[in-house]
Amino acid sequence: MIDVAIVGAGPAGLSAAIELRRRGVGRVVVFERELFAGGIPRHSAHLGYGARDMHRITTGPRYAALLTRRAEKAGVEIEVGRSVTDFAQLSARAVLLATGVRERPRSARLVPGDRPAGVLTTGSLQQFATLHHQRVGNRAVVVGAEHVSFSAVLTLAHTGCRVAAMVTALPHHQTYPLLRLATAGRHRVPIHTGVDIAEIVGRTRVEAVVLTDGRRIACDTVVFTGDWIPDHELARAGGLPMLLVAKAPIVDASWHTQQQGVFAIGNLIHPAETADVCALDGRAVAEHVIDWLTVGSWPAAVAAVEVAAPIQWAATSAIGVTFRVDEFVTGSVAASNGSELLHQTKRKKWIPNRAYHLPRLRDCRQLTFKR
Amino acid sequence: MFDVTVVGGGVIGCAVARELTRRDLAVALVEARNDVGAGTSKANTAILHTGFDATPGSTESRLVARGYELLRAYAPNAGISVEETGAVLVAWDDEQAESLPTLAAKAAANNYMHAEVIDAKEVRGLEPHLGDGVTGGMVVPGEHLVDPWTTPIAFATEAILNGCQLFTGFAVASCRVNADSTTLVAADGRVLRTRYVVNAAGLHGDTLHQLFGYTGFTIRPRRGELIVFDKLARPLLRHTILPVPTAHTKGVLVAPTVFGNIMLGPTADDISDRSATGSTKAGIDALLMKGRRILPALLDEEVTAVYAGLRAATEHSDYQLSAHADNRYVCLGGIRSTGLTSSMAVAEEAVTLLSSIGLTMTMRDVGQLRDVRMTPLGETDERPYQRGGAVICHCERVTAKEIEAAVLSTVPASDIDGLRRRTRVLAGRCQGFYCAANVCALAAKASGRSMSEWMGVP
Ligand SMILES: Cc1cc2nc3c(=O)[nH]c(=O)nc-3n(C[C@H](O)[C@H](O)[C@H](O)COP(=O)(O)OP(=O)(O)OC[C@H]3O[C@@H](n4cnc5c(N)ncnc54)[C@H](O)[C@@H]3O)c2cc1C
Ligand SMILES: Cc1cc2nc3c(=O)[nH]c(=O)nc-3n(C[C@H](O)[C@H](O)[C@H](O)COP(=O)(O)OP(=O)(O)OC[C@H]3O[C@@H](n4cnc5c(N)ncnc54)[C@H](O)[C@@H]3O)c2cc1C
Repeated sequence: MIDVAIVGAGPAGLSAAIELRRRGVGRVVVFERELFAGGIPRHSAHLGYGARDMHRITTGPRYAALLTRRAEKAGVEIEVGRSVTDFAQLSARAVLLATGVRERPRSARLVPGDRPAGVLTTGSLQQFATLHHQRVGNRAVVVGAEHVSFSAVLTLAHTGCRVAAMVTALPHHQTYPLLRLATAGRHRVPIHTGVDIAEIVGRTRVEAVVLTDGRRIACDTVVFTGDWIPDHELARAGGLPMLLVAKAPIVDASWHTQQQGVFAIGNLIHPAETADVCALDGRAVAEHVIDWLTVGSWPAAVAAVEVAAPIQWAATSAIGVTFRVDEFVTGSVAASNGSELLHQTKRKKWIPNRAYHLPRLRDCRQLTFKR
Repeated sequence: MFDVTVVGGGVIGCAVARELTRRDLAVALVEARNDVGAGTSKANTAILHTGFDATPGSTESRLVARGYELLRAYAPNAGISVEETGAVLVAWDDEQAESLPTLAAKAAANNYMHAEVIDAKEVRGLEPHLGDGVTGGMVVPGEHLVDPWTTPIAFATEAILNGCQLFTGFAVASCRVNADSTTLVAADGRVLRTRYVVNAAGLHGDTLHQLFGYTGFTIRPRRGELIVFDKLARPLLRHTILPVPTAHTKGVLVAPTVFGNIMLGPTADDISDRSATGSTKAGIDALLMKGRRILPALLDEEVTAVYAGLRAATEHSDYQLSAHADNRYVCLGGIRSTGLTSSMAVAEEAVTLLSSIGLTMTMRDVGQLRDVRMTPLGETDERPYQRGGAVICHCERVTAKEIEAAVLSTVPASDIDGLRRRTRVLAGRCQGFYCAANVCALAAKASGRSMSEWMGVP
């Protein structure tokens, strides 16, 4: 009998597995559908991994390799090439979902136009570039201007592809000024704000994109970045209810889902945090999984943190309640348990597509926003 | 020198080539693109029509009914998935409800005897997730789903296994009709000699018709845009939900697909550009508005694909089939919105037309003929991943072996779109986020061509 079955060998799943073994749990098996463990960092070749969990900064592939090695050393069984499509395939005393997040592709964003080759996501771009050392094109447009969009600019530049422009429907880019400078700034990439892609042109290969303001940008490649959607298919197949905007399974402050014995962590539940936060989720969930294995009690009610606009959604992460806003806005966020105020934070500028955290609070049930 | 050359490798041309190779003939199939089934035949709603709403007495009515029977009988052995869902035609106002008995009578006039008018409550009983405002309905139990991608490829494969020669990238640009042969000249200069020619050129049927000196119909492409929703939406529906058709179009339907998705569409826009298979904002918006009314919960799901297909509409409502002894030429034109269903019957008809203009032929021994067995792509059939093997495309559960097989098959995939139609790879919700690079690498290895060729990098 498996004690804990973990689905997804990304930073969250591997970190949980390591911690469970460290705390003496017998059989911990991680099921990974890819042929290699490590998750997204496996092909995210730039620096920026490991800060909060390993207290060092390294590249994605190194980080993935390190986590995988630690898991193997800790006696975790990793089964690659195993796609879990149904809870019934897992006979284990506890199940931990850590299936991660992907970017919405062009079709899910309903971008009209032709369907030529040359339309990518950052995820596929990274795999072409990092795992297969391929050039993807000569001149790209990057859709989005959040953190990952700027990482896409770097990856493109690295493969020798010029970036003609970045495009965001929001009024400003959403990353740190320094990250922008080091990427788009360094490669002299203009950022078109307040406009969206209206159409993709090109019968066999991308020839151009047309923007909603009528401008036409010649390019042979379009990279759709960010706009996260959790890989929640297994969670939904298992009947777990979802948060509305995030489309992530609802968990409580200790990552219990509404189904007894099933926990969920990582970017599956907060799309998308950095990898280190996902790894810390994994470490932190271990004690709750062990509670379940030993004491066997499950919370009676598991409810999402309620939010109101401009807050999009809120979910539990290891470093606190994580939430997002959907516009550039000034004001304060207040957390309450329904009757009393637990915490309040004020900011001159809340930025959409950024992860914000309130400290870990007991019984946080509601976030409200005052402009 | 060929006995018959079929111009156009859509579902019609492939079906004709298959039918001809069952006879003692030297057959060629020429296709302008680099693959068969890559035109209108890949971009439709994939309903196996009963023909209940055709114009009674028309050629279309007859051939759809016959094609339905033929394809149903052929599909299981050939590995073409058919999913028996049936359809419910739904009325959304009083006027539409009042037209239902007329539609039922029309079905009967088309020799379809199983259509049955039901009330709004029964409709809701059959399809609990429909939106408000249903006023009545009609069940069409035989209106099923078919795999549109495998169908032409199966026909072409069988034709080739039985001796047909396939020329891809061969766009017929001109022809010379001599006393006892015809020379077809391709845009790239290649030539091919044949005794008889069958025009199955779909959207370019009228152009080819003119090359042979005939007029009588003009193609006016009617674009149909479609939205494919995530497989998580599949439980919302049991049947295909049809609207009350108009003279112009069968209207916007919501249908499951054999691949396990739900599809919404098509629109119907008359356009002039015969290659404008792009989607438009107006089309997508119109579909979403209709979809919200028909099946509101559908709109909460993610969209997996948006595409458009062009119907070869003409100024006539019926198929334009004709035979011309003087030029030893048969035209299969104007096959607008039912050609997937009718293809095998149109092929039979082509044989009749060819013999009517002097082509003599006899059936080959069944023992000499080879059958085709494709790997079924539909969810109701067993798929390779269920027997194990490394899955490369997680969304559609495609194995590495299938990708290799598709690259090396009788009618091999030559690009990513061809791979998608043969295996479902990259057709899923992540659209390659996870597997695009691995798929290209595998295809490159199996084909001996470079990865960037498969990626289409300029
Ligand atoms: C393109 C991209 C770039 C990013 N760049 C950065 C960055 O620079 N820095 C940073 O800190 N973060 C970055 N992130 C965020 C990234 O999601 C996290 O870094 C981290 O990988 C999330 O960890 P996770 O364990 O939750 O999920 P993932 O790393 O996504 O791992 C999930 C794993 O689960 C597997 N899986 C999914 N479903 C199943 C199933 N049904 N059965 C079996 N296995 C399954 C997947 O194959 C995958 O390996 C980026 C994300 C993306 C998509
Ligand atoms: C939106 C939409 C929905 C539909 N829904 C259904 C449905 O549910 N059920 C159903 O049964 N039918 C449906 N149809 C109709 C069906 O798709 C068509 O009737 C069928 O695909 C027509 O096949 P074809 O072989 O005639 O044309 P095509 O598939 O277009 O094939 C013609 C081929 O000829 C080639 N060609 C053209 N000119 C030349 C040349 N000069 N030289 C060489 N090759 C040439 C083209 O490249 C093309 O591959 C639908 C159609 C559309 C557009």
